[in-house]
Amino acid sequence: MKSSVTDPYDNTVDDPTQPQELILGNQDLTSVTETVSDIVLERKTPKAWYVAITFTAGLTGILFLMIGYLFIKGVGVWGLNNPVGWGWAIVNFVFWVGIGHAGTLISAILFLLRQKWRTSINRFAEAMTIFAVICAGIFPGIHVGRVWVVYWLFPIPNYHAMWPNFRSPLLWDVFAVGTYATVSLLFWYMGMVPDLATLRDRARGRIQQVVYGVLALGWRGSHRHWHRYEKAYLLLAGLATPLVLSVHSVVSFDFATSQLPGWHTTIFPPYFVAGAVFSGFAMVGTLLIPARQWFGLKNIITLHHLENMNKIILATGSMVGFAYATEFFMAWYGGNPNESFAFVNRAFGPYAWAYWIMVSCNVITPQLFWIKKVRTNIAIMWVMYIFVNIGMWFERFVITVTSLSRDFLPSSWAYYDPTLIDILTFLGSFGLFFTLVLLFIRFLPMVAMAEVKTVMPIADAHSGERRSVGDYHGDIPRHIRNVPKEGGKS
Amino acid sequence: MSANAEQGALYGLLAEFESPALLMQAVEQVRDAGYSKWDVHTPFPVHGMDDAMGIRGTQLPFLVLGSGLTGLCLATLMQWWMNAVDYKFVISGKPLFGLPANIPVMFELTVLFSAFAAFFGMWILNDLPKWYHPLFTNRRFRRATQDRFFIVIEAADPRFKPDQTRAFLASLGSTVVEGVNESAED
Repeated sequence: MKSSVTDPYDNTVDDPTQPQELILGNQDLTSVTETVSDIVLERKTPKAWYVAITFTAGLTGILFLMIGYLFIKGVGVWGLNNPVGWGWAIVNFVFWVGIGHAGTLISAILFLLRQKWRTSINRFAEAMTIFAVICAGIFPGIHVGRVWVVYWLFPIPNYHAMWPNFRSPLLWDVFAVGTYATVSLLFWYMGMVPDLATLRDRARGRIQQVVYGVLALGWRGSHRHWHRYEKAYLLLAGLATPLVLSVHSVVSFDFATSQLPGWHTTIFPPYFVAGAVFSGFAMVGTLLIPARQWFGLKNIITLHHLENMNKIILATGSMVGFAYATEFFMAWYGGNPNESFAFVNRAFGPYAWAYWIMVSCNVITPQLFWIKKVRTNIAIMWVMYIFVNIGMWFERFVITVTSLSRDFLPSSWAYYDPTLIDILTFLGSFGLFFTLVLLFIRFLPMVAMAEVKTVMPIADAHSGERRSVGDYHGDIPRHIRNVPKEGGKS
Repeated sequence: MSANAEQGALYGLLAEFESPALLMQAVEQVRDAGYSKWDVHTPFPVHGMDDAMGIRGTQLPFLVLGSGLTGLCLATLMQWWMNAVDYKFVISGKPLFGLPANIPVMFELTVLFSAFAAFFGMWILNDLPKWYHPLFTNRRFRRATQDRFFIVIEAADPRFKPDQTRAFLASLGSTVVEGVNESAED
């Protein structure tokens, strides 16, 4: 084990005698504020940003063209056939919703677990959540066939005097994803208000002052406000935690409550949630690594943060691999010939190529993160993230398409191929996602400044007993910490 | 604070501190001096400040609980009325109203209503949004959202005496004590 820190950017040394700083480079409150807010307020927009957004906006345009074409022609423009009535639209929906889960895990679950390292990356991950859910929301909206009655998904009074069927998991999905999108947006915006106030107070241009001023809602850092704000934050984190677990569980019900071999399994909810977190962390990493390099955030989003993310990818990736094995075991152990056929068909049937892409990317790739050199190498981990992204898309493809294409009756089997429209729509959704990400990093604070400040040593008001900086369990909130209450002196 | 304060009337005194540790000691003294209309402004929530200021708990959790229960009841009633009363149809032989199939929507609406209460309740209790505040006229105060820590004692406080309070704040280790007016003098 290394005993001294030689690389100033390396704060991943597993040596308890070496306290690890979460924020590097001898930062103080001023420098953190400047580093983050100057990206938005002072820096000239890099040329690369214009190039990138032109490209992604073009892709977004393709997305909307494809959607327009779909609306005019109908779902026949997609590669759907009988029996494969659910194609890329569902695959993409599940893929994008899953991506979002990392943001909520970082912002809510790691908050409840008092993981201080989350503060450097939570804003970015939450933004990614919202953009991913926007991309996800498009697909069920456009794949309903008769888009002009898409409002039938919601319990809105209509002239047929009909109400939606609440016993259907598809309707649960509407409520689950709708609630998830709303709560994520509230959480993200609430967390951003103090930082928007920072931008308002640092802005020099009139337009910036007014826009950030309006968005900051008149926040002035009052501790009487912080007091309720922190309570609201804790409550939202507590609400978002079961919510995020429920969302992908409900998505998995779309499959699990059907009778189809390969879908009709009780393992789906936990398996989907683990897969969602797995894919989401990979996507956060995919975006975060370039962002921290290009915008000089290496001291705030450190190698330590990335290594922790890789450990979560390792854990959830192993869960996913275990779930694949369990599915196979149960298909054999359950003794149902249709079920065991469905799984043998996945691995060795016409979609074996997709299955083995999935297994190589999702089962083998994350296991490399056991090796510390891999876990702490920026280039290698970025390539691994790409593999995980690919693998997780294929997982949803394998689940959806292999099960449908060969169901109970061999006479109705058919092979499914996507059309160019399918492919361009999917690529277009990436365009929309990256356009939103680019707008976010240009116009909004990409690191939660106020939260990062709370985990810096200077934030400790009891400086006499300066706690060790590597102690992640130091700031237990008052209601948990055993402190005599002084109430009533207000 | 009088509703129609003249332009230029004193809103309060602003004391600036350089670190949370200095602030914390000062805050405890302001609390013990018995002021009631005062506040602390910090770029991030300083831990232990609730105790130092003597702030009591907030009623927010009860609002959230009440709202969550409302969402739960509403979801139950909605599903029962829509599927079992107003528009009955049997599908897959499922009962018109059976609890297991209705739990997901009940859960989601409970969370949704609770989240709305936590978000909007917090802003309402905090009297925000409020885009004008006398403190915004002070240039120094702009660092309250960045890297400085402030104590403000309002002129409306019954114990407020311009000179004595100023001297008191200056004795607490602050770098600067300034008066802040009700509205900008321009």
